[in-house]
Amino acid sequence: MIQIQNVHKSFGSLEVLKGVTMDVNKGEVVSVIGGSGSGKSTLLYCINAIEDIQQGRIIVDEIDVHAKGTNQDRLRQKLGMVFQQWNSFPHLTVLENASLAPRIVLKLSKKEAVERAKKELNHVGLGDKFDEYPTRMSGGQQQRLAIARALAMKPDYMLFDEVTSALDPELVGEVLDTLRMLRDDGMTMICVTHEIAFAREVSDKVAFFHQGVIEEIGPPEQVIVNPQKEATQKFLSKVLH
Amino acid sequence: MGSSFFTPLSWSDSGFILTGVLNTVYISLVAIIVGTLLGLAVGFIRAEANKATNVLLGGILDILRSVPLIIQLILFSTYIGAIGHPLDPFVTGSIVLSLYTMAFMSEVFRGGFESVHQSMIVAGRSLGMSYWQTVVHIRLPIGLRAVFPSWLGVALSVIKDSALVSVIGYMELLRTSEQLISRTQQPLEILIGVGLFYFIVSYPLSLYGKYVERKMAI
Ligand SMILES: Nc1ncnc2c1ncn2[C@@H]1O[C@H](COP(=O)(O)OP(=O)(O)O)[C@@H](O)[C@H]1O
Ligand SMILES: [Mg+2]
Repeated sequence: MIQIQNVHKSFGSLEVLKGVTMDVNKGEVVSVIGGSGSGKSTLLYCINAIEDIQQGRIIVDEIDVHAKGTNQDRLRQKLGMVFQQWNSFPHLTVLENASLAPRIVLKLSKKEAVERAKKELNHVGLGDKFDEYPTRMSGGQQQRLAIARALAMKPDYMLFDEVTSALDPELVGEVLDTLRMLRDDGMTMICVTHEIAFAREVSDKVAFFHQGVIEEIGPPEQVIVNPQKEATQKFLSKVLH
Repeated sequence: MGSSFFTPLSWSDSGFILTGVLNTVYISLVAIIVGTLLGLAVGFIRAEANKATNVLLGGILDILRSVPLIIQLILFSTYIGAIGHPLDPFVTGSIVLSLYTMAFMSEVFRGGFESVHQSMIVAGRSLGMSYWQTVVHIRLPIGLRAVFPSWLGVALSVIKDSALVSVIGYMELLRTSEQLISRTQQPLEILIGVGLFYFIVSYPLSLYGKYVERKMAI
């Protein structure tokens, strides 16, 4: 379970998160929507300890993410993350991309790491691309590679930061299908997304982010179909038209 | 009269010439290897360090890069002699040439490290890699590939610059050929031969560098 409790985060004098509180239970899919610059990416980075926080707490399976004694490298093994920009490692083949971290972080033998990577790559439909270099693949394929690479660490949670925003429209579908598949596998996921229809379809909860706080959170039937807050209504009418 | 003082170039000189060739190769390799390793470390520090450290380091490196190598060689060997620790010309030459090489290599590698986008490193960290694991497995290999052609350019100029170590008495190719010239009075043949040697070593390497550069541009 991920517990986000009254989190405040500033970059210099710019306060980006102004008291964010949210729980994500095991097996849940939570979508985060909201205008650009509202702090959605920053929240994911804080959960993953890539960014520190100034106030509040984030607790992942009883581990206080930003507490002094926390081994953050260790913690990140629980939290897979996929970014808007897929960030494939260009000097490694697809198979090496997906087996590197299991090998050097989890210290699996080469054989075990490769087996694991192959399984995840097959899962996301890249079974015929093991020896390809990622720069020769489409954005959609590279994004699926990024997902497989994260899954090969066997994380308990997956954080997705607008993973379809940088893709050509015709490639969005294959990546969303991969996310659907993960949901069906029971993966716990936080998806920052602009794909409102997708959020409505897959989410257990939708959080609307506005000016550094969660303005509205609830099931998609509420937040997307029948929003209670004026800011949510405004945002949705803008993005849906 | 005196005709016996000069003796023409003969096959028996080949051993002497070979010594010069090997000494040139030897000191060039030492400078390239030491300069590359030091340059990697300094380049990495420069890519990571704060502004103050960079200004200081940058100043020292600027001096090494802008004072002509021949002056650095003479200054250093004179100073070492003056403080009563004269060193073998090979050692003196290796130290100066290696530091000179390091000054150029560090800029090359700094550029390489800085060319690896932060998001690539964050991707590595998000997979649980430690800071040093991202350095070894992401920044180094990606950065090194990006700067390989520049690295090769510096290495080639070091081979040519190594001829200057002759001024402090190191028996590399240029100095052996100077001695042969004064004995044989055949400067043309000898210098063309020496020039050819540098060309044969450098040209294929520079072609290879261009080939790699073109391949990476695709
Ligand atoms: N590393 C950073 N340094 C300074 N400001 C940042 C940094 N990262 C994000 N910001 C700022 O924080 C705000 C929220 O950014 P972000 O979390 O990326 O928003 P979103 O993902 O919702 O579009 C923006 O105003 C952005 O400019
Ligand atoms: Mg964002």
